[in-house]
Amino acid sequence: MDFAQAFWILLLGSLLGLELIGKVPPTLHTPLMSGANAISGITMLAALTLIIQAKNNLPLLLIGSISLGFALFNVVGGFFVTDRMLAMFNRKPSKNSKLK
Amino acid sequence: MNITLIQSLINLLSVLFLALGIKGLSKVRSAREANRLAAFAMFLSVIGLLFYYLGTNGITQQSWLWIIVGSLIGSLFGAILAKKVPMTSMPETVALFNGCGGMSSLLVALGVVFFQKNQSLIQDLSISVSIFVGAITFSGSIIAMAKLQGWLSTPSWTQNRVRHLINVSIAIISLIAFINLLQSSDSSTIWLLVISSTVLGIGVTLPIGGADMPVVISLLNSYSGIAAAAAGFVVESQLLIVAGAMVGAAGLILTQVMCKGMNRSLISVLFGGTLASKSEKSSGGGEYTNITSCSVEECALTLEAANKVIIVPGYGLAVAQAQHTLREVAKILEQNEIEVCYAIHPVAGRMPGHMNVLLAEADVPYEQLKEMDIVNPDFPAADVVLVLGANDVVNPQAKSDKNSPLYGMPVLDVQEARTVFVIKRGMSAGYSGIKNDLFDLPNTSMVFGDAKKVLSELMSELKELGVGAK
Repeated sequence: MDFAQAFWILLLGSLLGLELIGKVPPTLHTPLMSGANAISGITMLAALTLIIQAKNNLPLLLIGSISLGFALFNVVGGFFVTDRMLAMFNRKPSKNSKLK
Repeated sequence: MNITLIQSLINLLSVLFLALGIKGLSKVRSAREANRLAAFAMFLSVIGLLFYYLGTNGITQQSWLWIIVGSLIGSLFGAILAKKVPMTSMPETVALFNGCGGMSSLLVALGVVFFQKNQSLIQDLSISVSIFVGAITFSGSIIAMAKLQGWLSTPSWTQNRVRHLINVSIAIISLIAFINLLQSSDSSTIWLLVISSTVLGIGVTLPIGGADMPVVISLLNSYSGIAAAAAGFVVESQLLIVAGAMVGAAGLILTQVMCKGMNRSLISVLFGGTLASKSEKSSGGGEYTNITSCSVEECALTLEAANKVIIVPGYGLAVAQAQHTLREVAKILEQNEIEVCYAIHPVAGRMPGHMNVLLAEADVPYEQLKEMDIVNPDFPAADVVLVLGANDVVNPQAKSDKNSPLYGMPVLDVQEARTVFVIKRGMSAGYSGIKNDLFDLPNTSMVFGDAKKVLSELMSELKELGVGAK
């Protein structure tokens, strides 16, 4: 992958991100943030690549493994906690409709 | 079909799902499914990567071992924390997760720079960016977490102007290390960059006051996206670059929303220090002259006679974990056919949308939560306003006093209501450290005490009055 191509991807990705989040209701600020935060743990792919390419280089295996651990802590924790929050928001309409 | 093509297609699908996920997260109805879709996209991307290496160079047994150990430990701790953490400490949890994402990018860059030789200039550049942003994200997030958790306060020496000089010199040191790293990757330069970026993250975050934390967290969130994109450049992964860029851009938008809510520019949040340090020079200080304190009983009597009650929650509610008790009180009032709603200021609490999450946990119906612009015209018609642990967001100074550091910040016009009860632990100032003119107004009464205790006393008083008994 040459540099110019990578830069194009960076540019288009940023524009996509700006475009995707136009108007967010305040209720969703926290879940959106923690969801986006979980996605930033995508560095786990970089850590995986590092471990796989390390072959028998022990220090590199170790550093990759620690990095993978941190990334997955971010990913798994982030998605779970977001789901927990969103579950509370979803609860409401069903209860209300039952009351009515 | 060759393996590279299949992996590219899987990656493309992951990017599509991630984008749809972020899009869906900005709408209440689709948010939960969107979150799961994003999680699935991440899973898919891992499958794609493993598939690619299995089909080409193969994965050694030793690599598998380290992959399994690392991912099991990380996922386990993440899942446990996510399940156990109370909703009230959501801001610090997000900050911690965020910091770990930054740490991961930092470690990837270190691994590549130390153990894989023959990098190109572009790789050197992206490694430097990855180290720099990763370290700042990590140390900044950890400091933010410690401050939100109450382990760290804002030391007064950090409010001194000298801090700018210190931070600028650290920034220059990191810049020098950054440029040197492009020419030669010897280990002392790398460590200099790691250390100076870490210190810079601390130096920039430490002086920022608690009330500005929503902005800091969303900015750090954006940084962690940039760190991921930089790591993508390091390992030459298009997927990482796209995902990182999307998160970075989304974080910037949220940061902007938060700044607007406080009517402060990003620059003044980052470099302005706490508001209190400014108020010494302006009219923000001063003594209270006309404080009316009242008992819980009086408060209950007034509430009983009301037709319309607006509740203004703030950070104090979260600290006291009083959201469930508040919901009980509101239920009793509603049974007496008193109209109850909640006025949510955009930056109430320590995280954007913090109050919405708390009240949702206590089963408050979504329709009763009203945004500032919608609820402000309602205050003159309200008989009683209950202010629970909110302070700066109800300070009328922001509209009336041009010299106040708060001037121009959008606030809730609670003083327009007939009676205002402020439930507060003591007369201490809010996080901004500025005197609140609301407390001096004749229609304001203070009810001193812990929010949870006052609310449960209020509940028993109301029950004694026969409210909600039928």
